[in-house]
Amino acid sequence: MEALINSVIFEAFSEVGGEILKQANDSAILNLSSPLAFSTDSFVVSPLFFAGGDIGKIAACGTINDLAMVGARAKYLSCALILEEGLLLGTLKAVLASLASECAKAGVKVVCGDTKVLPRGKCDSMFINTSGVAEVLCEGVGVQSLKDGAKLLLSGDIGRHGAVVLSAREEFEISADLKSDCKSLLGVVMALIEAGVKPLCMRDATRGGLSAVLNELSRASGLGVVVREADIAISDEVLGICEIFGFEPFELANEGTFVLAVSPDDEQKALEVLRKFNPFAAYIGELSVRRSGVILQSRYGTQRFLEPPKGELLPRIC
Amino acid sequence: MDLINDYRNSELILALAKQIKAEAATLSRPINIMEICGGHTHSIMKFALGELVEGVVNFIHGPGCPVCIMPVSRIDEACELASMQGVIFCTLADMLRVPGSHTSLLKLRGLGHDIRALYTPLDALKIARQNPDKNVIFFAIGFETTTPMSAVIIQKALDEGVKNLYFHINHVTVPAPLRAIMADKNVNIDGFLGPSHVSVIVGSNAYKELALEFKRPIAISGFEPVDVMASVLNLIRQHKRASFEVFNEYKRAVSAQGNVKAKELVAKYMRPCTFEWRGLGEIDDSGLCLKDEYVSIDARRVFALQKEQATKEAKACICGQILRGVSKPPECALFAKACTPNSPVGACMVSSEGACAAYYKYQRRGA
Ligand code: SF4
Repeated sequence: MEALINSVIFEAFSEVGGEILKQANDSAILNLSSPLAFSTDSFVVSPLFFAGGDIGKIAACGTINDLAMVGARAKYLSCALILEEGLLLGTLKAVLASLASECAKAGVKVVCGDTKVLPRGKCDSMFINTSGVAEVLCEGVGVQSLKDGAKLLLSGDIGRHGAVVLSAREEFEISADLKSDCKSLLGVVMALIEAGVKPLCMRDATRGGLSAVLNELSRASGLGVVVREADIAISDEVLGICEIFGFEPFELANEGTFVLAVSPDDEQKALEVLRKFNPFAAYIGELSVRRSGVILQSRYGTQRFLEPPKGELLPRIC
Repeated sequence: MDLINDYRNSELILALAKQIKAEAATLSRPINIMEICGGHTHSIMKFALGELVEGVVNFIHGPGCPVCIMPVSRIDEACELASMQGVIFCTLADMLRVPGSHTSLLKLRGLGHDIRALYTPLDALKIARQNPDKNVIFFAIGFETTTPMSAVIIQKALDEGVKNLYFHINHVTVPAPLRAIMADKNVNIDGFLGPSHVSVIVGSNAYKELALEFKRPIAISGFEPVDVMASVLNLIRQHKRASFEVFNEYKRAVSAQGNVKAKELVAKYMRPCTFEWRGLGEIDDSGLCLKDEYVSIDARRVFALQKEQATKEAKACICGQILRGVSKPPECALFAKACTPNSPVGACMVSSEGACAAYYKYQRRGA
């Protein structure tokens, strides 16, 4: 075990925090000079590698993104691994390399961690938990700042991560164009702040997809949300997979797409920044005191509710 | 042609809505159209198509959801099998959450029984191969769409000599309950939206006799909004000129004969039998069961089930009336109160194709 930790894990993070890890103290001592954001998440994904990413990339981006969503720049991560006996060393190395490379890109260091190995069959090849601390660059970003008339922007097209994982699990032959949107959102959030945008609230649309996020925003603010279907970008591949399984693209997970609420004054500026990172970014709707729940307006003028997803996603049989 | 976007083209949908309204202008009352299939119920609610034809078309939801029509007695059987020692119990879709008389498969899974919701029925075979020391029971459900898949698995299991895979067949057919509904004097329906995926297998000819005998037009329709609107338009036109044909709007997938090979494969292993439908009662030859020569893989016969189980339906639940097309979900006293998708009282709220779930999901509150 010691050999694994020293030669494989420390080695993987040598460029991103190695000097602190190698001290092998019971805790890492960190330097931060501003208010602090702190977040944790555990990552379980099957298969471990998929088009556009892998569990290591998600484990780094997931926590970096959660921190970015409150206007904070991640500085340090912890990385806890739960490994199934028999996991190939090559697999572990590839996952760690991917995790480290995302940290390097975002300027984040991995400074502490933990490794457990469980007997075969007790965990599904590997689970990763990452926690992160971050410097808050922009205070007051959160649901408490949501207000009537706030504009909602979406940073890209939706449902790709969910569709990729689903089709990989189904051993589907999918189009080469369909890749998970898994990526770090730190860059785009920094660019927004630098451009002078004051985000009211940001949420990445991970599990439960866009539908879950919009419902959370509505519930937390006590305001209605009205969005237009025509403005929400969905790729044809995602639409096709949804049709086959009977899923709603609004409920599929994303790993690098977020909803941004801004004051009307900031809308244009924010959209310009988002578009530099993703041409599918769009203004999709707004918060309103006059409505309740999340309402989706169709292209032909009818309206229906977008309910939060319920339970497991199971394919239809009809 | 783009098989999704073209069938969701808003100009086309609006033009069809306009035509429907124009045709219906000379009718003395709204036309009652029953969608037999739960997939249509969901499309109608999801795309809010009712709003486009408000006042001229009254959509009535039919019995076409394989989960909703499952009688409590069969769910009790499933629970009994799933609780047995050494069993891996497999089924599809939302079946896990449907309440039986005393418990549900989901609750049993929480107690530690090995119960799995499969993504594809073929996984049942894989699970049986991987667990030779366990009895794997596949609780097969669904209309004509899913039956051929069950037949394929039976064939593969027999060919490969897999000895530990058993089948609890709960397949049902569409034409039989359709006949029961048409014959019901309390049900006032002017035309039917015929199922799309089911018809790919059974073929459009399967409904011809019914349409003529009961003098009701049927339009086999795809699930997309343009499909549904075009089919509704056809039904109104047929209604006005009193014609009772089977209109095949879903020609891109449905032929007159259907999928003959699939039907033959099903007939090799299964035979028609009486099935007790939730809400409709027992209907002769409306279900399928394994033929006698396959008794050794028939879970109902291999594992002696307690025959006279007392089954009980939730009292206030009006699923039965909804499946017969005489009531709509909001008319149920429990709807969106005691009964929600998170704590469903009846099957219609459980299944993603159920009418109560569709109303709850898309139209629960006034917009
Ligand atoms: S709302 Fe619930 S209790 Fe009422 S009919 Fe529907 S499923 Fe049954």
